[in-house]
Amino acid sequence: MNPFSLVGKTILITGASSGIGRATAISCSQMGAVIILTGRNETRLSATYSMLEGQDHLQICADLTIQNEMDKLIEQLPKLDGIVSVAGTAKPLVLQQTDKEDVNEIMQINTFVPIHLTRLVLQHKKLNKGASLIYISSINGNNCAYIGSSIYAASKSALTGFMKGVALELAPRGIRANCINPGMIDTDLLKSGSIGQDELEKDRLKYPLKRYGKPEEVAYAAVYLLSDATKWITGSSLLIDGGYTLQ
Amino acid sequence: MESTDFIKNFADQFDDTDASEFTLETRFRELDEWSSLNALAILNMIGKKYSVFLKPDEMKPILTVSELFELVQSKLS
Repeated sequence: MNPFSLVGKTILITGASSGIGRATAISCSQMGAVIILTGRNETRLSATYSMLEGQDHLQICADLTIQNEMDKLIEQLPKLDGIVSVAGTAKPLVLQQTDKEDVNEIMQINTFVPIHLTRLVLQHKKLNKGASLIYISSINGNNCAYIGSSIYAASKSALTGFMKGVALELAPRGIRANCINPGMIDTDLLKSGSIGQDELEKDRLKYPLKRYGKPEEVAYAAVYLLSDATKWITGSSLLIDGGYTLQ
Repeated sequence: MESTDFIKNFADQFDDTDASEFTLETRFRELDEWSSLNALAILNMIGKKYSVFLKPDEMKPILTVSELFELVQSKLS
């Protein structure tokens, strides 16, 4: 028996339209899981859906910051063996230029959505015993910080704190909760041009392994934490940063 | 967009350089307090005040306040 297999498990993945979410959906399907995909962009969500291996997967387009779309998602969910909460936002913004709406938006997407999703699946009894909850946090806010991202750091470290409470509260039912703390990952978020190309090249070289991570490298960690290989791992934060925070 | 307002908003992103020192001719990269933090603050300010979202790479060749003013103006028209 392969301890890393996800055969027989049903996994919900948020932010599945692109980047880490898409890679996680693909990897989990390759390991045998049935995937429930959710994301805001229908076209890109369908593209992810078409990349999945195996059968019985489900895609539910939803903006989880909108209450009735969240409710609709919860209603349609089958019983879950795992959730990977990937949906997130990031934009370089100095505190001096940050207004209340910026704070609300970042906290809403990065922190409140995963909190409410967890709360609602629990209240609607959608989690099987032994389920695994994974939150994509960040090195930023947990292991280090960056200029122009204090609110992002707050949103991600809050998520880590939440995960710890959930891990303790759900342990009696064998439900585990963990975070993954990635360093910079090569996704479309980086290609948007909001960070200059020279800066990105310089930043890449700050990583001891001399490159950014790939979405699938975070996905493999999610597979690991979803699998029965990690039945005794809960409340932990798995660092995946190419050695960045060693220095 | 008035250049006087632009200069004032630009000067607001600096703490140690007196606002009265800023003109359209100011070569801001040569100021003692210039850093990448000011660059990001200026990009954020232009986004907030003028709804012009410059990319860091577009700002890179800019040396004077007036060049930046013209770039923002060209995006507005």
